[in-house]
Amino acid sequence: MKHRHVKQLGLIAAILLSAVASAYSGAINSYYLQVIIFVGINIILAVSLNLINGYTGQFSLGHAGFMAIGAYVAAYLSTEQSAGIFNALGGVGQFSIATVFLGSLLFGGVAAAIAGLAVGIPSLRLKGDYLAIVTLGFGEIIRVIIQTTEAVGGARGYSGIANYTTLFWTYTIAALTVYIVLSLIDSTYGRGFLTVRDDEIAAEAIGINTTRYKVTAFTLGAFFAGIAGGLYAHTTTYINPSGFDFQLSIQIVIMVILGGMGSTWGVVLAAIVLTLLLEYLRFVAGYEWLPDLVRRIAANRTIIFSLVLIGLMLLRPQGLFGALPRMGAAKRVREPRRKQKPNEPGTGVTG
Amino acid sequence: MSTSLLNLDKCTIRFGGLTAVSAVDMQIRSQDLLGLIGPNGAGKTTVFNIITGVYQPTSGTITFNGKPTAGLKPNVIAKRGIARTFQNIRLFPTLSVYDNVRAAFNLRLRHRLAHALTRFPSFYREENQIKARVMEMLEIFGLAHEEHLLCGSLPYGDQRRLEIVRALATQPKLLLLDEPAAGMNPREKEELMELIRFVKEKYQIAVLLVEHDMKVVMGICQRVVVLDYGIKIAEGTPDEVQKNAKVIEAYLGEEPAKVSQETSNARRPTPDAP
Repeated sequence: MKHRHVKQLGLIAAILLSAVASAYSGAINSYYLQVIIFVGINIILAVSLNLINGYTGQFSLGHAGFMAIGAYVAAYLSTEQSAGIFNALGGVGQFSIATVFLGSLLFGGVAAAIAGLAVGIPSLRLKGDYLAIVTLGFGEIIRVIIQTTEAVGGARGYSGIANYTTLFWTYTIAALTVYIVLSLIDSTYGRGFLTVRDDEIAAEAIGINTTRYKVTAFTLGAFFAGIAGGLYAHTTTYINPSGFDFQLSIQIVIMVILGGMGSTWGVVLAAIVLTLLLEYLRFVAGYEWLPDLVRRIAANRTIIFSLVLIGLMLLRPQGLFGALPRMGAAKRVREPRRKQKPNEPGTGVTG
Repeated sequence: MSTSLLNLDKCTIRFGGLTAVSAVDMQIRSQDLLGLIGPNGAGKTTVFNIITGVYQPTSGTITFNGKPTAGLKPNVIAKRGIARTFQNIRLFPTLSVYDNVRAAFNLRLRHRLAHALTRFPSFYREENQIKARVMEMLEIFGLAHEEHLLCGSLPYGDQRRLEIVRALATQPKLLLLDEPAAGMNPREKEELMELIRFVKEKYQIAVLLVEHDMKVVMGICQRVVVLDYGIKIAEGTPDEVQKNAKVIEAYLGEEPAKVSQETSNARRPTPDAP
């Protein structure tokens, strides 16, 4: 009976911890603080993408697009539409800031979720590479739309966003994201996501509405990406459409793959490690004693990512952590079974 | 027939110019154990796929429990009470034995996304009920000691059994088994026949069995329907069917001229389109 509340206790502990850390955040060098907040934002992004790509098995490359929607909606609301709320709540104070900030984050998340729903429904007819291309295209469309929208600065970017994002809010939301994904998967309802990934036809045959599950995954994943976008906007105080390009989507996908698709904790760790590694590479690029080639590679994220991915696929295709030595084991056991009955057709639906 | 559970009325399905199943009538009464046999390519699995909503019939109607099922998606049909297994086993490879069965309780679940997140006591109550039911079923079918294993690491016979357990966990009124004896040795086949009889009695359900293995079909089925080139050529008790001239012809090709004529008729698109 006791272990059933482990998740809730963990969530509360994480929130308290981030509150304490946040109280001392004044003592942290503002650059480090920014990096720590980026780590939290990337955890939200990677864990929510893992719900779509890892648990539900739908390959989405559009996470940067959802993030952009959340970032712009939240930034616009808190910058342009907050005066009334501040007045109503009696000026700028702790409470009114929190209301404005969380309100705009929530609206950003909901806007992204609606976009997720809109992409999810038509894309459900597609699988694998095709879905990846559609979601990639979606992300680019969002970027171009923002670029041409003058109300939010167009290609010049949107500046003057208040610096509301704190360590506390970032990690509270990150902890909530992890909690929600974990408790979702750890329920009979949530097991449905995994059946969609494993075998759609068999899932349908036991009464699982695979369409519904896929749309749910997309909507929920997009919601958290939108919130992460809002946090990002309120910590950098300046956002630019080109910051939400497909390279960012790929960066998040790599976190998911590196951590191990379908392993939330693996993905959390990968998000931390990759974010810190990327920041560290900025310094490496500046070390003058290093050969020029090394410095130039270090300055180029794309090369590093490609190398990480190639290495990973060669050495450990299932990702560093996670559910996945199991996956390999299952495959190995399946091979000899095939030989047992050579006269069987390839699929169960035909024949 | 008022007691008929599943009723196929002149079901036809065409893929382009090929009529895979042609005007098939079939009745399954509750607690029937009906065999569906026929040579390779006779359309047995296609009939399965029509019943379970994977394919929509080109013409004809299907009623289950008095309600038409045409146009319904497979998951809705599963909810109405038709469960199936697959010719080549389709388990969920990354899920444990336990979770494979647990997933099948999904369709009668009272809790939804919000409950999984808020985790009120009612959520745990339902999860505990499901857990007890899953364990009970695994116990009955001798899989309980393997509950934590990945289904891919089970022996072949156990995988077949697990698939049947998973289908039963959806609480069906009709269970469709697609060649459950494929790839089994004689001893495993004996066990399977025992299992099918047991399942039918214990859960009081109807079973439709597609099978190549005549020993299995003739051993347990009360009635047998024989398909050949998508046409129902015979129906009756195993004894009747075995003596039926058309059936012998279909399987052994006694009169080559006549067989080929029937073949070409069956494969030509029939003119009475919907």
